[in-house]
Amino acid sequence: MRDSITVSTDPTVRYLLRLADTCLIHAQRLGEWCGHAPIIEEDIALTNIALDLIGQARGILTRAGQLGGQQLDEDQLAFLRDERDYLNPTLVELPRGDFAIATVRNLMVAALLEPLWMRLQASSDAEVAAVAGKAVKEARYHHRHAADWLVRLGDGTAESRRRIETALDRLWPYSRELFEPDAIDEAAFASGLGPRWADLREPWMAAMRDAIDSAGLAIPAEKTFLSTGRMGIHSEHMGHMLAEMQYLQRSYPGGVW
Amino acid sequence: MMSAATERTARAWVVLDAVPDPEVPVLSVRDLGMVRGVDLADDGTLDVVLTPTYSGCPATEMIERSVIEALDAAGLGPVRVTLRRAPAWTTDWISDEGRRKLREYGIAPPTHVVGETVPIRIVRGAAVPAPSCPRCGSADTEQISAFGSTACKALWRCRTCGEPFDYFKPI
Repeated sequence: MRDSITVSTDPTVRYLLRLADTCLIHAQRLGEWCGHAPIIEEDIALTNIALDLIGQARGILTRAGQLGGQQLDEDQLAFLRDERDYLNPTLVELPRGDFAIATVRNLMVAALLEPLWMRLQASSDAEVAAVAGKAVKEARYHHRHAADWLVRLGDGTAESRRRIETALDRLWPYSRELFEPDAIDEAAFASGLGPRWADLREPWMAAMRDAIDSAGLAIPAEKTFLSTGRMGIHSEHMGHMLAEMQYLQRSYPGGVW
Repeated sequence: MMSAATERTARAWVVLDAVPDPEVPVLSVRDLGMVRGVDLADDGTLDVVLTPTYSGCPATEMIERSVIEALDAAGLGPVRVTLRRAPAWTTDWISDEGRRKLREYGIAPPTHVVGETVPIRIVRGAAVPAPSCPRCGSADTEQISAFGSTACKALWRCRTCGEPFDYFKPI
């Protein structure tokens, strides 16, 4: 079995891993929908979105692997880290759930990534800026799709409304973590690498409010709960997910298509 | 009279006109606007600059290989491919010839990209700009799904002739 790699604690690397892991882990959960979506068009849509996100993760992981005095490639970073070296927010690692969960999470993530990629187009790192230039277009497409579904389900039948309200209540508390300020964000902001995620709260709320209002739903009340995935402290679901995601590379080191 | 170098790059462009996109084989990589430059490097290598279409497009690596193989086969090697991500590829780079080929193949070509920096507003019942049907030309069409059989396409239906069709999504 392949040993784990150790990842640099350099704040630039950590900032990029948070972004790449948000895309990667969200994509892994979306991939679980393959063959399970309520209609075939959504089966295709969810896996298409996952594919875009994996492409975005590849670009950022490749860059992160070149920095911090290490030479790690995208596959080593994607498949050979231990759980605590993954820095995605807890939101994206939660189990797949039903289609309402998928819809709400897709919207929450796209509404975060869109303003993030938008600002990263001006990153001091030219590679990151180039990935962002393409990714922002894709995030907009994902945002629109998820918002359309939120409106359809919120404004649909009593059952679809009940499900989407349950999903919103379930996932909303995990949004607080996204905008929690810390030293990694401050360092990125100071160096011009990228924005503080805390500064994305305003455009994120505006996008969420717009879709939630159109769906005839209400924004859930704030809770004190604070998840910690971005610090590497994950929920109980993360390890199980990584076991499946990493199995092939751990068991057959260097295996390729 | 062309210099040998100019002739080699000119011939390379002609060869690239016949290298198909594996997922939409009616289009060449040149029709797609993926080829951003063909230059002769100082070491005598032909340097082809490609801009990938979608972040996760599984065809990108295959396209790189086909470009090198086609130019080698035409005796224009040695060849290398450089990927240039910025500025990002847009469907606005698809040539007029490419748009015509798409329509004839039954795929509605993309409309021009507008308002990329405008915040997304969710308006109930608001229609996305509709492509006309590539089969009968009717403008009375509707979206079935925003995502289609490949990363670059959406699925639409014509209300006039009743046929479903692919739409190359503007991005």
